[in-house]
Amino acid sequence: MSQPAVDIQGVTHRYDDHRALDDVTLQVAEGDLCGFLGPNGSGKTTLFRILATLMPPSEGSATVFAHNTVREPAAVRSRLGSVFQAYALDENLSVRENLRFQGALYGLSGAALRERIDELLDRFDVLDRAEDSVQTLSGGLQRRVDLARGLLHQPDLLLLDEPTTGLDPMARRTFWDAIGRLRQVEGTTLLVATHLMEEAARCDQVAILAEGGLVANGPPDHLTAELGEETLWLDSHDPASLRDRVQAQFGVEARVIGPSVQIDHPDAPSLVASLYEALGDQIERATVRRPTLEDVFMVHAGVSPEPEAETVFERESS
Amino acid sequence: MTALRTVFALTGREILKFVRDRSRLLGVLIQPLAFWLLLGLGFQGTFQMPEGPAAGLGYVEFLFPGVIALVILFTAIFSTISIVEERTSGFLQAVLVAPTPRTALVFGNALGGTLLATGQAVLFLVALPAINVSTSVLGVLTIIAICLLTGLAFTALGFTIAWRMETTRGFHAVMNLFLLPLWFLSGAMFPAEGAAPVLRWLVWANPVSYAVSGIRSGMYGLADAPATLASPAVCLGVSTAFAALMLAAAVWTVKQPFYET
Repeated sequence: MSQPAVDIQGVTHRYDDHRALDDVTLQVAEGDLCGFLGPNGSGKTTLFRILATLMPPSEGSATVFAHNTVREPAAVRSRLGSVFQAYALDENLSVRENLRFQGALYGLSGAALRERIDELLDRFDVLDRAEDSVQTLSGGLQRRVDLARGLLHQPDLLLLDEPTTGLDPMARRTFWDAIGRLRQVEGTTLLVATHLMEEAARCDQVAILAEGGLVANGPPDHLTAELGEETLWLDSHDPASLRDRVQAQFGVEARVIGPSVQIDHPDAPSLVASLYEALGDQIERATVRRPTLEDVFMVHAGVSPEPEAETVFERESS
Repeated sequence: MTALRTVFALTGREILKFVRDRSRLLGVLIQPLAFWLLLGLGFQGTFQMPEGPAAGLGYVEFLFPGVIALVILFTAIFSTISIVEERTSGFLQAVLVAPTPRTALVFGNALGGTLLATGQAVLFLVALPAINVSTSVLGVLTIIAICLLTGLAFTALGFTIAWRMETTRGFHAVMNLFLLPLWFLSGAMFPAEGAAPVLRWLVWANPVSYAVSGIRSGMYGLADAPATLASPAVCLGVSTAFAALMLAAAVWTVKQPFYET
């Protein structure tokens, strides 16, 4: 593997006594889209803060394009862009004024900056709103303007922390289309923190964090394949006792994943019939399907991903 | 280069925001005037300067430099309170992850607030002829210099406090704790000579006293100003030192990690 875009080595981070990150080691290849999947308090936000040079890790080190985040923050910052859950836009200013301000932070000015602003606004379909005050824009449009802001200086690495929070499904799709175009045009390496399975499934690499630890890491299809191919899933209100009875009465291997019992068996259809006959009162639903990322998540994290999102900005309550 | 651009961009943003906010514009014109007239005319009849060369000075006239100082203090609060708000929005993070020196963030914010405060103070000087006080060009320049220095000092102080504040409510509480006593004990409301000995010492030790005294000197064209604490040169010197100290504190603060570790 050539020089990774992001190299995280043994990063541990403590807030007082609380361990937010526990010995995380991970690489992301250049040009990849890497998703960080985890419930609240799993350490995604802390990891992003460390990568964004907003704070040093308690132990371990992280490099962005071979630049250490603690020793060479300026070099890291010049190659890094970030889009946080809360918009980094000044509501009192127009879209263009916001982007011009952002340009100044990166030493951009003049015709080059103007062209870049127009190019990005055009790409994200907000050029016609360039002179409007940010507070008059819808959430989806603000999000796209914020994405344009994060990309203004053509960062090689973009951090996206729960970027689609508060967006309706339509705006969410538009946002991901914009991300897809971005990867095509600029080849940006992307790190996205999310709690949404369908967003994680779009990634080249998914890193699952649970209570500060990295519990799974790999391409999403590899992660799901580790749980088997097409298997039988029985939903139950008491999956543990169902598993025990299945194993005792049918002698097949079964395991509990979330609210379901997963059974890997070559002849699922006939097994289902006998299962229903014997244990029908305990089975709410039986399906034959491939494991999903959600299953992977529940196997490794032990919990279901929560719908609420954490942000880079709110202080982590420990 | 990036640092200068950032400073200018932040300063420009501060002024742009101010100009767009009509209620703030109005407040800026009315508030000091109201303060000056209500307090000044209210105490005019009962206030008496202590014996000395300044005896016989009316309270409306006496209070004038203090109101200018108050304008500077209030504007400093207003321009730094946005720091607290922008911590929770993403705006400040976007500045902090940019490869621009953090010092530029301090100076950009301080300069924006300072220019606004000074502009407001200069506007207020138009009222001087109404109380039959005539100044000189040098006097006005001294006032502007004092306003700029005090503005920098207080925006920097506000920045330092805002940096660690979670809520705007807390920020207001702490700022009032700092600012109001500093103003009360600056010789703005009462002359040091007439105060109790303890208060007199506090007035002398208070850097804002020298700002008020400097403005008072400038008000009379630097000649024979009543109730001043020190010479204009000393006032400028103290104000410069105060500004430098506060800016240093703000720069130190901003270099700390943004999140507690």
